[in-house]
Amino acid sequence: MKEKITREEVRHVADLARLDLNPDEEVQMTQQLNAILDYMEKLNEVDTSQVEPTTHAVERANVFREDVVGPSLQRDSALANAPQTDGVHFVVPKVI
Amino acid sequence: MQFETVIGLEVHAQLLTKTKIFCSCSTEFGAPPNTHTCPVCLGMPGVLPVLNRTVVEYAMKMALATHCRILPRCRFARKNYFYPDLPKGYQISQYELPLGVDGWLEIETEEGTRRIGITRIHMEEDAGKLVHDETQPVSYVDFNRTGVPLIEIVSEPDMRSPEEAAAYLRTLRDILRYLEICDGNMEEGSFRCDANISLRPVGSSEFGTKTELKNMNSFRNVQRALEFEVRRQRALLEKGQAIVQETRLWDAGRGVTVSMRGKEEAHDYRYFPDPDLVPVEIDEAWVEQVRSSLPELPDAKRERFVRQYDLPAYDARVLTASKDLADYFEAAVAAFPQPKTVSNWIMSELMRELKRDEREIEDCPVPPAHLAELLQLMDRNVISGKIAKSVFKEMYETGASAKAIVEAKGLEQVTDEGAIEAVVREVLAENPKEVESFRQGKEKLLGFFVGQVMKKTRGKANPKLVNEMLLKALKG
Ligand SMILES: [Zn+2]
Repeated sequence: MKEKITREEVRHVADLARLDLNPDEEVQMTQQLNAILDYMEKLNEVDTSQVEPTTHAVERANVFREDVVGPSLQRDSALANAPQTDGVHFVVPKVI
Repeated sequence: MQFETVIGLEVHAQLLTKTKIFCSCSTEFGAPPNTHTCPVCLGMPGVLPVLNRTVVEYAMKMALATHCRILPRCRFARKNYFYPDLPKGYQISQYELPLGVDGWLEIETEEGTRRIGITRIHMEEDAGKLVHDETQPVSYVDFNRTGVPLIEIVSEPDMRSPEEAAAYLRTLRDILRYLEICDGNMEEGSFRCDANISLRPVGSSEFGTKTELKNMNSFRNVQRALEFEVRRQRALLEKGQAIVQETRLWDAGRGVTVSMRGKEEAHDYRYFPDPDLVPVEIDEAWVEQVRSSLPELPDAKRERFVRQYDLPAYDARVLTASKDLADYFEAAVAAFPQPKTVSNWIMSELMRELKRDEREIEDCPVPPAHLAELLQLMDRNVISGKIAKSVFKEMYETGASAKAIVEAKGLEQVTDEGAIEAVVREVLAENPKEVESFRQGKEKLLGFFVGQVMKKTRGKANPKLVNEMLLKALKG
């Protein structure tokens, strides 16, 4: 059976997701992802021609907040989980 | 070969809501770094973003003001990419179902009015701010701006010159400011523009290869960057070389665009509907409610100024360029109901001073009531037109009222006939030879006598009276 996802595509997706896979992992991921996609194929057996596409389990729309300011975090709390800070900012490796 | 320029613009406008698009953090500009954040806008696991209703209404206002069709159902999508200013690893935006589509607006060009199409307007969240360290290999992130609401306004590739692109941008900004939903400040980044530009042989209906220009933070820079890019692409095409489809950054210091080669990721954003946010459904009633709340827009105001104040089209266009300027004019006319005189003074004296100081009308030190008072003094012959101009300069410099300056400096026009007559007699007595010449027919000398009288009265004598009384004395 034709592969649903190639090793090349796995490498590309891994790259987009900033994952560093070694060659063994690439092979393993390709196999596993193909197995998952094959399994999902089963869904195609269901006739959905009469069903509207949906992105939510519940049929709701228009959930809003009013434009009223509420409390924000103390800066110390906001920065608490950061790997590196200067007490004011999150500090990250330089990007341009 | 003759080439035609094709330009399309993508504009990001920050909305003037009090809170962010999906959380209740303040959007206040200039707060200390990282003091306006919460678990939602920091992208902590397990939080639930909830849409700010005002964002939808502001976006609808812009969509309606630019004649877009509002989709009955729109939704948010995740745009996935990694960058340190984006805490979640995705930006919440809209993709296949934006808020509004298929709009247009009209711009004024030298060849007349042109209609520019608007492809779509959608809502999204802003990213944080990065500051790069000058000496160490680190960058500093401030997430206060993360989640500030934006609308992205995408034009059709309908502009044919850098001037048209600048005119489109100004028109767009004017509308946003009239709607009071964005302050339109390019330097501070609340109004940003990216441009797509390509050239094609005149007469061709296919598009050439385009480049995308970024990093232009003023109207002037947008125009300069596009002008540079037209020259660069034309030179390549004339040499028979291909244009590389790429993103280029405008370098204002050097006046060139530079390829971002290698720094740019392939655009592979893997959009998908955001499962945390439910769709937005906008029915006719809501559309009509927002439509009825729209203020008078620039085009309508311009027409009204011509109709109501009997102004020339040119004056109306200048005065409605910004809502603040139009409001200034109307406030002054309310206090001094001679529209053309008010218009003349605003367009010449007032705008000259503002332009010299690079000041906006809202920072004008002469309030409309002061200008009206000055024009009244002139209208009632308390001061001459010439003196009014110098009084205006002083009003602009000191912020004082016209009356206060005229009184303090004793600038009231002398209209007392007795006083003028005394000066006239004095001048004639001092210049017997000229009097003699005048009486023998050298009537050109009248100007000389008027000058002498004005000199003695420091320009305050009513010129019409001076003329009359001189003639009477010389001929009588
Ligand atoms: Zn927040």
